[in-house]
Amino acid sequence: MDIRTALLDKYGARVYKNRKDHILTVPSDGSMPVVGANSRSLPGIMTERGCCYAGCKGVVVGPIKDVVTITHGPIGCGYYTWGTRRNKARPSIEGQRQENMPMLNQYMFSTDMQEPNIVFGGEKKLRKACEEAIEIFHPKAIFICATCPVGLIGDDIHAVAASIEEDYNVTCVAFSCEGYKGVSQSAGHHIANNQIMRHIIGSGSRPLPTPFTVNILGEYNIGGDGFYEEALLARCGIHVRSAFTGNASIEEIASAHQANLNLVMCHRSINYIADMLKTRYGTDWLKVNFIGIEATKKSLRDIANYFGDQELLDQVEAVIAEEEARYAEDFAYYRSKLSGKTAGLYVGGSRSHHYQLLLKDFGVSTVLAGYEFAHRDDYEGREVIPSIKLDADGKNIETITVQPDPAQFRTYLTPEGAQRLKETHPEIELNDYKGMIVDMEAGALVDDDMNQYETEELMRLVKPDIFFTGIKDKYVVQKGGTLCRQLHSYDYSGPYSCFQGAANFARDLVASLYTPVWGMIRVPWKSRPAILAHTAVGGED
Amino acid sequence: MRQVAIYGKGGIGKSTTTQNLNAGLAEMGKHIMIVGCDPKADSCRLILGGLAQQTVLDTLREAGEDIELESVMKTGYGGIKCVESGGPEPGVGCAGRGIITSIGLLEQLGAYTDDLDYVFYDVLGDVVCGGFAMPIREGKAQEIYIVCSGEMMALYAANNISKGIMKYAKTGGVRLGGLICNSRNVAGEEELVSAVAHELGTQMIHFVPRSRDVQQAEINKKTVIDWNPACEQADVYRELAQKIDSNDMFVIPKPLTQDRLETLLMEHGLMEA
Repeated sequence: MDIRTALLDKYGARVYKNRKDHILTVPSDGSMPVVGANSRSLPGIMTERGCCYAGCKGVVVGPIKDVVTITHGPIGCGYYTWGTRRNKARPSIEGQRQENMPMLNQYMFSTDMQEPNIVFGGEKKLRKACEEAIEIFHPKAIFICATCPVGLIGDDIHAVAASIEEDYNVTCVAFSCEGYKGVSQSAGHHIANNQIMRHIIGSGSRPLPTPFTVNILGEYNIGGDGFYEEALLARCGIHVRSAFTGNASIEEIASAHQANLNLVMCHRSINYIADMLKTRYGTDWLKVNFIGIEATKKSLRDIANYFGDQELLDQVEAVIAEEEARYAEDFAYYRSKLSGKTAGLYVGGSRSHHYQLLLKDFGVSTVLAGYEFAHRDDYEGREVIPSIKLDADGKNIETITVQPDPAQFRTYLTPEGAQRLKETHPEIELNDYKGMIVDMEAGALVDDDMNQYETEELMRLVKPDIFFTGIKDKYVVQKGGTLCRQLHSYDYSGPYSCFQGAANFARDLVASLYTPVWGMIRVPWKSRPAILAHTAVGGED
Repeated sequence: MRQVAIYGKGGIGKSTTTQNLNAGLAEMGKHIMIVGCDPKADSCRLILGGLAQQTVLDTLREAGEDIELESVMKTGYGGIKCVESGGPEPGVGCAGRGIITSIGLLEQLGAYTDDLDYVFYDVLGDVVCGGFAMPIREGKAQEIYIVCSGEMMALYAANNISKGIMKYAKTGGVRLGGLICNSRNVAGEEELVSAVAHELGTQMIHFVPRSRDVQQAEINKKTVIDWNPACEQADVYRELAQKIDSNDMFVIPKPLTQDRLETLLMEHGLMEA
């Protein structure tokens, strides 16, 4: 019995029918399988997915550093999303240090709805919360994120936002990201994207220091990844206007449309904005990946080739050479310790792809990978988007369409320039993403929305040397004898991006793989009986 | 203690019937509490002589959790204790959650004393959500009377409410005690309501004829028995009180299909074929 069959074998008919489309083996004939992604998890299956509010507030909106983000709801939703993601931030705008910049992303603001607010409606309390926030923190903007009960009782948070904006002249945006919407946190990303596009992007203007100015979309600066990226790009002569939304300020996002190229890190959570920026302002986007040595090199070269400037190209090559030389010894050592190991990855909507490339740099092969909340395009590539049939859950999430802005629409590349780029650099996938599966080896397993049972069973069946996931299953896996590293929080380490990040990552991995504790985890009952019994025959001892 | 819930289409006369009926029960010496479950909070107006009452939810909002029973319970005609659940203004918040909160709070405050013979829940309109079904959930009202008339929409509503009762009958043990016909002077009304009651497996427990006395008493902020104990309509309500007090027919209703209900309406000449 192959692993997939063994895994599905335990399920009853109904669960089997649902789960069989989520689990597959990468075909050896190069064909692209269909993944049953972004569909409703079965009740009781112990999914690891989060809710719509988590995707909106927790992932996209929360990291913006100079905005008061108010969770409108009972205290738990706010409290348990407070400081759970390691979005680092500095008091700066476009890399320039700002004195007295309020660093609000470290706070958690909640309306703390009580029973009377549910019964009589919570709009007044929300308004009061906004007013207090303005009085105390003087934020540049206020974001309001809805939780489940707000949707049930029908508080009009958008009307509150509009009235606050009018009365206090402070940007105020409401997000209808009630937790129950959609099938996972992915719905929240989409809702956040829509509102940021509608209300923030395009509302500001800042001078461009260089034509080589980019945004990094879908970089949440976990553990400081974005800091490394910005520094590396700066050395090459590339300026970062804004990162969405790690270390982001509202001013940067408001003027993001002026950048000449958008770099997309997390495709899943931010592709809507990348697409809409292309439609409204003409800005091209490029899928990049700064996780991994080769991936970082390719990303830098792709960017330089896009801009087509010889000086920039030369500088990129110089920086790559410099970085490789600096870490050559480290990389060689770590490769000698890691080569030949196998890994499994189960992260959100992009990391399971990005980290495969970093692991490959050190000779670690990925035998199992899955996403919590990705869509088919993240697995199979964007070419499947037109063929994705929207189900009822998907239709409940608003899709907005934008029109070209005649005053500000401009594309860095002329049509001839674009054609030339296509011919001279066919490896550059402009405004496209080929998904995770093309980078996987034939025979590797893909498991979408992997649940607790499947995780435990796959550790037993696939036996990877390392499993990368999050806090929910880390200790189950690790107590089972498999090294488990958290890729949501980096186990409180990092950054893991670019060249130095690759060295950090390999250092952490080698340290945890070679710790002597692995020799001490044989449980006593495996080698000797736990209970000793006397033999009693005929009443005699 | 018998806990009784009164349901029926909006505007059919639930509050009026409940209060007049309770005046009759009070005259018989019964100890009664009325719990108004309508955000409008006008279920006890006739018993309290128009006295404006602080609702449970208003008190909860203003005083926080620290509530005294006395501040939300008023005593009116015949020693009837009156409580209004209250609720949000139309279009905001959650009235259903308000009723759940309010009844829970009354229990905690010890409003359900042993000396009570009856607790009546006067519930708004239809069972639109879980909150409005609160009075008939487990441990609350065991019997339900539906106020209706011979008008089509009133009977549609009665049938729909019966569906709700059937659901809770299985889990909570609630039973239908009968239909109270609050006449609108529709032709063949008594026969039609009796026929529908029969098909539902229950009874038309009483036919309350239309009378100017009811309006007169209401203008005077009183129940009919309180306003004019000697009038004919007072006796009608006394009879209703007697019938409910001695009622022993409690059933799980068998709701009619839409077709069957319409056939009945046609048979009794209400609808043109």
